[in-house]
Amino acid sequence: MGALATLVSALALSACATTGGSGEAASASDKAKDDAFAATPAGDPVFASTYKPYPNIATAIRGATIYDGKGGKIENGVVFMSGGKITAVGGPATPIPADIAVFDGTGKFVTPGIIDIHSHLGDYPSPGVEAHSDGNEATAPTTPEVWAEHSVWPQDPGFSRALANGGITALQILPGSANLMGGRSVTLKNVPARTMQGMKFPGAPYSMKMACGENPKRVYGSRGRMPSTRMGNLAVNRETWLGAIDYANDPKAKRDLGKETLVGVLKGEILIQNHCYRADEMALVLDMAKEMGYKVAAFHHAVEAYKIGDLLRENDVCSAIWADWYGFKMESYDGILENAAFLQREGACVVIHSDDQNDIQRLNQEAAKAQAAGARVGIDIPDATVIQWLTYNAAKAMGIADMTGSLETGKMADVVLWNGDPLSVYSRPEKVWIDGALMFDAMNPKTRPVSDFELGQPGEGDVK
Amino acid sequence: MKRLLITAASVLALTASPAFAQDMVVTNAKLVIGDGGAPIEGGVVIVDDGKVVFAGVPTPGQTFSTDVLIDAGGAWVTPGLFATVTTLGLADVSAVDESNDITARETPFSAALDAATAINPTSQHILVHKAAGITRAATSMMPSGSIFAGQGAIIDLDGDAKPVMQARAFQMINLGEGGADRAGGSRAAAHALLRSALREAQALVGKSGIPETTEIGKDDEVFLSRFDAEALVPVVTGKQKLYVAVERMADIRAVLALKAEYPKLDLVLVGVTEGWLVANEIAAAGVPVIANGLNDLPETFEQLGATQSNAGRMAKAGVTVAINAESLQNPRRLQQVAGNLVALTRIPGASGMDWGKAFAAISSVPAEISGMGGKAGVLKPGALGDVVMWSGDPLEVGSVPTKVFIAGVEQDLSNHQTRLRDRYIDLDESDRPKAYDW
Repeated sequence: MGALATLVSALALSACATTGGSGEAASASDKAKDDAFAATPAGDPVFASTYKPYPNIATAIRGATIYDGKGGKIENGVVFMSGGKITAVGGPATPIPADIAVFDGTGKFVTPGIIDIHSHLGDYPSPGVEAHSDGNEATAPTTPEVWAEHSVWPQDPGFSRALANGGITALQILPGSANLMGGRSVTLKNVPARTMQGMKFPGAPYSMKMACGENPKRVYGSRGRMPSTRMGNLAVNRETWLGAIDYANDPKAKRDLGKETLVGVLKGEILIQNHCYRADEMALVLDMAKEMGYKVAAFHHAVEAYKIGDLLRENDVCSAIWADWYGFKMESYDGILENAAFLQREGACVVIHSDDQNDIQRLNQEAAKAQAAGARVGIDIPDATVIQWLTYNAAKAMGIADMTGSLETGKMADVVLWNGDPLSVYSRPEKVWIDGALMFDAMNPKTRPVSDFELGQPGEGDVK
Repeated sequence: MKRLLITAASVLALTASPAFAQDMVVTNAKLVIGDGGAPIEGGVVIVDDGKVVFAGVPTPGQTFSTDVLIDAGGAWVTPGLFATVTTLGLADVSAVDESNDITARETPFSAALDAATAINPTSQHILVHKAAGITRAATSMMPSGSIFAGQGAIIDLDGDAKPVMQARAFQMINLGEGGADRAGGSRAAAHALLRSALREAQALVGKSGIPETTEIGKDDEVFLSRFDAEALVPVVTGKQKLYVAVERMADIRAVLALKAEYPKLDLVLVGVTEGWLVANEIAAAGVPVIANGLNDLPETFEQLGATQSNAGRMAKAGVTVAINAESLQNPRRLQQVAGNLVALTRIPGASGMDWGKAFAAISSVPAEISGMGGKAGVLKPGALGDVVMWSGDPLEVGSVPTKVFIAGVEQDLSNHQTRLRDRYIDLDESDRPKAYDW
């Protein structure tokens, strides 16, 4: 990466030097310039976000129970948003202008927009036909060069279900877990759009997906390639990291998309989202990260995280987990309902994730299950903290917590108004705002987004 | 009854444990009968000899004698949940092939496969789901090498030596995309295979005047052997239910039309994502549905009309609707699905179910569809004494059973997961490693 920057600047310098000469020299130089092909330099924005907040009006919700996403709770509170931002959050006396839209939140609840750190929407869209199977470049054990955003089909009807039923306002699309290094993720605003760029979350960092355990060794081992064992997994990973370090240190290295991603990780610009079920493997990954000089943002699935909550806390790693998935593969055999609560007991970071086009519609319910399991063994976790699992903690592990994930003045007005306690099975999102724009209203059928795919099909525009 | 006595005796003989059905009275319950009605405050359940003898509000002055008196203290008390369709007892870990008896792609047999011969009553999945309040289940292999999944069983989850209440309770087939694929690549092939199979079965009955053939196959592959054809005799004569998995409107209609050709078929529809589009036709045909609960995505071309309101709309049209456990991440989510159906009643334009009907969709209704009407999933005199006491509203996501009785016998609710929970209640290894903590 450094090498590339040098090369590009050298070119720029020589161009400068010649343009200062005679007219003829200048025209020769212009010709040379026309003939010189050059990609946008590494590190410059490419496939840039074109998302802009949709028109919004100053809006307040009054009288609701507010969970601020960082563990705070306000009874009979006020949330005021304007210009796409949170303008004020507070108790009943919080002043709001007279001439704005005000919703009565009595008996209702307000949370930050729900964030799913682990989704494959768009990459494995509905309908899930072979032609749409774009979530895993499972042709080599490491593919850090692929970018999940290049597979996102914005017409996936799953985005609208996540919005309407799950209150999802932002989500991270990850490559699949067949590969040790699956490629870059993309973080999206959950707004309908004609292009991926129209959803891309402005300013969100990239992550790189990694995977432990059964999947990589099974997929490649069955093809007679390395890795076929867990020790093979680690060996291939370490060799790949060493290659990236060499690349980073080599000023003459030819540009390499995969290594650019890896170097981004080493520099701390790209986060690591690591699919890993077993406690012992997570401990190995943490040591590998120390050896190579990078940091893991979150372990995903992490069904055995509860066995090493202390280690995860010490390493400041989040665990992005399900509430009740267990026993479907060997490395998920020790899944227990208390996973989140035991992590919370240790002071480790908990994120509830979906990895599923259906569960993304009910992350609040999954969190409630995990909370209840803790309460049964004497670990009482306040509701406001449980909401943090789905909002601020997810944003933190995705590197967007300075922009969204909590209801704080100046942050994006990503807000859900629930028609009841969001930790109850009986509650649903009533209204969802993204950057202050009302993108879903359960009371207004015309606010149900309908993807191109659904037009003219049975149930177009139906309640879903 | 006979089975229960035998069970009790064998447990006694093996373990000298007092865990056999005895008189039991639960008082002061928020009682759910399971028949679709609302909960009853101050309810009493009386179980005698493994069966319910009374459930309701006692008349003033009513007395009863009992071995065990349980004051529910106002807690919710319900019948055990009835899960259908499941694969409980047929796998330890589904992705570990050696432990998985759910599918059998390489076998030459299809309709003859009998799930009852493979049930493992001490499977962790059975223990985990018992702890979630499921006391009975319809369990079946899944179609793999053929459109026929084979014959499913009705089981109990008490983990004793006799899990099977009724073997060969139903045959299951797929006539949608999955069946088409397995029949050779077209729905037409699946329908031809079904009809040829039923024709063979009729020939074996000897009443059709159709001569028997030997087997249906292609190249080296056997689609239907003699043994499979024999297994379909109870289907074609209406003595065994035929569960048909389909999703799209046209496929549902094609299944209902089978009744014209084979009037004795005792049909049950499974899946039925687009059922709401033909709800009146399903209701008119009197065919019950085991419906996917919350599917709302066009995940396949046969599910384009998917909506969470499907179950509610069908129920409103008069269709008998149970929730399909097989469509869930795991069957213990049945209560969550039922709760979501209640939530839908508050959403404009959506259809759900009221609390009582939603609970019935995971208790008495699936039991009735499974031929266990009045015996399971309901607390009425004569029903099996499957009683569950809950930590809270049974349809709320945080609620779990605090006590589970199966046929009047209180169940041990521990399993691999609860043992892990107990071990990792702390991470203290200052004295010895965790391996010594058990």
